[in-house]
Amino acid sequence: MRLEYTEKQKAFRAEIREWLAAHVPSKPLVSFDTREGFEQHREWERTLNAGHWSAVTWPSELGGRGCDLIEWLIFEEEYWRAGAPLRVNQNGIFLLAPTLMEYGTDEQKQRFLPRMAAGDDIWAQGWSEPGAGSDMAAIRCKAIRDGDHYVINGQKTWSTRAAYADWLFGLFRTDPDSMRHHGLTFILLPLNLPGISIRPIKQLNGLPGFAEIFFDDVRVPVENRMGDEGSGWSVAMATAGFERGLMLRSPGRFQQTAKSLIDLYKQYRQSADADSALGDAAVKAWMDAEAYALATYSTASRLRKGGQIGAEASTNKIFWSEMDLAMHEAAMHMLGPRAELMSPSPQSAGDGHWLDGFLFAQAGPIYAGSNEIQRNIIAERMLGLPRS
Amino acid sequence: MDFTFKEEHVAFSDSIRKFLMVEAAPEMLREIWETESGRSKTLREKLAEQGLTALSVPEEFNGIGLGDLDWVLIHQELGYYAIPDSLTDTAYLATYLLSHLSTDASLKKEWLPKIANGSARVAVGHPRNPLVADAANADLLLLWHEDEVHAVRRKQVQLTQHPSIDMSRRLYQVNWTPSDTTRICPARIGKALWEGLVDRAALAAAAQLLGLAQRMLDLGIDYAAQRKQFGKPIGSFQAVKHHLADVAVKIEFAKPVLYRAAYAVMREQPRRSVHVSHAKLAAGDAAWLAARKSIQVHGAMGYTWEADLQMFMKRAWALDAAWGERAFHKKRIADFIYADQAPLGPGETFT
Ligand SMILES: Cc1cc2nc3c(=O)[nH]c(=O)nc-3n(C[C@H](O)[C@H](O)[C@H](O)COP(=O)(O)OP(=O)(O)OC[C@H]3O[C@@H](n4cnc5c(N)ncnc54)[C@H](O)[C@@H]3O)c2cc1C
Repeated sequence: MRLEYTEKQKAFRAEIREWLAAHVPSKPLVSFDTREGFEQHREWERTLNAGHWSAVTWPSELGGRGCDLIEWLIFEEEYWRAGAPLRVNQNGIFLLAPTLMEYGTDEQKQRFLPRMAAGDDIWAQGWSEPGAGSDMAAIRCKAIRDGDHYVINGQKTWSTRAAYADWLFGLFRTDPDSMRHHGLTFILLPLNLPGISIRPIKQLNGLPGFAEIFFDDVRVPVENRMGDEGSGWSVAMATAGFERGLMLRSPGRFQQTAKSLIDLYKQYRQSADADSALGDAAVKAWMDAEAYALATYSTASRLRKGGQIGAEASTNKIFWSEMDLAMHEAAMHMLGPRAELMSPSPQSAGDGHWLDGFLFAQAGPIYAGSNEIQRNIIAERMLGLPRS
Repeated sequence: MDFTFKEEHVAFSDSIRKFLMVEAAPEMLREIWETESGRSKTLREKLAEQGLTALSVPEEFNGIGLGDLDWVLIHQELGYYAIPDSLTDTAYLATYLLSHLSTDASLKKEWLPKIANGSARVAVGHPRNPLVADAANADLLLLWHEDEVHAVRRKQVQLTQHPSIDMSRRLYQVNWTPSDTTRICPARIGKALWEGLVDRAALAAAAQLLGLAQRMLDLGIDYAAQRKQFGKPIGSFQAVKHHLADVAVKIEFAKPVLYRAAYAVMREQPRRSVHVSHAKLAAGDAAWLAARKSIQVHGAMGYTWEADLQMFMKRAWALDAAWGERAFHKKRIADFIYADQAPLGPGETFT
């Protein structure tokens, strides 16, 4: 155990800090769930990429810096600390890319990764369907082989960023007679193909953060398949593992929220102290955000020594989503009657960012595998309890 | 930056676990705890054979000379097997005080080798706790008086026992008179020494609480796998699964907090006390949740004297407030996070 950074790691931190100080836009970008904001965020991805910061963990020949997970954590800490824009291509860079590196052919890596790093292709994920939410193995959207193409018919839903995204990756049923997680195939496709229609869905905040996607005889070349036909489930599970595990929510995000909550508490201390639960919530926010950071460093250290990501994928998901919710709930209580106010009300707190965060925190325990499903996984795979 | 333990640390605590599994089985502990002293000479000799009493005694006094990071894994095991306070208080806490005394070589020479070979027990009294654990079993007591350290023999004190719900605990009110002859360290040096002691004591309690949490979780899992209702193991019911999964999450996120605290104490880092308080609160929380959930999963069986769960629950309830109740530890954190210019936010975890 050595809980100090090496000189190299310190130098890396200094380098990214300096770069961000020079490049992070001084005015916040418009939400990426608007057309205008989406393009602003794409521009930012291009800026990041020009500095070789868009995908630091990738090998340098693919546009990355070959960073290990500790350096990735340092990068993320500095990123959140600097208040840099949210990553519009998170689905691609953090979720699809690790899977592509493991299961993609060299041709696929060359074809997709550099464009992804450059912000040329922004990705959406297509798992969920109206009949397949928590029960993802109930996927019905069909992709039937016809020569050197798959012909896709059916529907995906809740696809984040799909209102404006360029590409989609997801699971499709290539064997119409198959059941459950057999006969599924992992396919990548551009969202502008003939036969695709996209219906944006407004989220709690009124913006189209996700969308339904309808497929009507959409032809996709077989070289867009990742992994073998019928092996999609295990390929997808790798993506889900990364997502829940480490890369979906880095600790810097929550440490930033905890810091803001402590500032808020100090600002409202007089009224907040009348409710002793709020001081407690501020202390707990710091402790939990710190615990999450420590746990992530611990997992990263283990993975760096050749370990595998295991049940911490599920424990992490529960921990960060509940912490995020608790912190935002506390902020709402601290703000009291001002909590409901949206910009442009001059009394809205910090342009209403607590309110935005509070709304989004509601979704944390639902997406990326609901927390109930995670508890099932922990109980069965980590604790060895009998299946129901 | 590396958050993993060295293999020898892990191997040592594994060997201690295997040893305690056999030598500190619940039925044996119950027998020992029913005796008046609540302690067993034979068990202590065996613990000494394993090197536990010598762990942090410096080598020049026949010890092994290991430190806080070595202890943290061991203390989890001691918690898991509900080994009473006397071992920690003697071999970790009293040894810390004695070996950091700048003067009085004779005291070190007299006591440290006896601690190492398991023939002496030492109790530690500090106002953070209203009573002194294991005072009646101690050959020597190291007591706080206005930040001074005093050393008194067992026969120089008068004791009144206060029974605890935790049958492993032996708690005493200690009446004694501080004097120039009992003083072994002046306040000027003693203040920092006692602060170091309170941090280590709270760290040890946190590690034991986490071990206890794991034990209660394991008891719950075993019971849920074997008890059948409605024709199935109760562990196949989702409500039962989720109780236990919640405990697992709490434990997972308390562990790295504990290890960082141990590291900070070992390195004498400036923020060590805040980290220790964090560890104590997180571990206490995990242990209390484990107790609540495990008894729930056990049904009426969990409410009995007979089921072993009670031994671990009671110890967890007691240790939660030992060496600083929650208010004390929360305040140390609050003072840190509300300070002007407090280093908060991303990138400050290891600064
Ligand atoms: C903000 C947001 C973004 C999303 N982005 C995407 C995306 O980009 N791509 C994509 O494919 N999907 C996305 N999703 C969908 C998400 O993956 C699903 O919402 C999730 O898998 C749950 O499915 P469901 O909504 O159908 O709920 P349901 O499965 O209907 O569940 C409803 C409730 O029942 C509980 N439940 C269901 N089954 C069980 C069980 N076996 N045991 C215990 N409880 C159970 C659930 O935990 C939940 O509380 C997104 C969702 C949100 C909210």
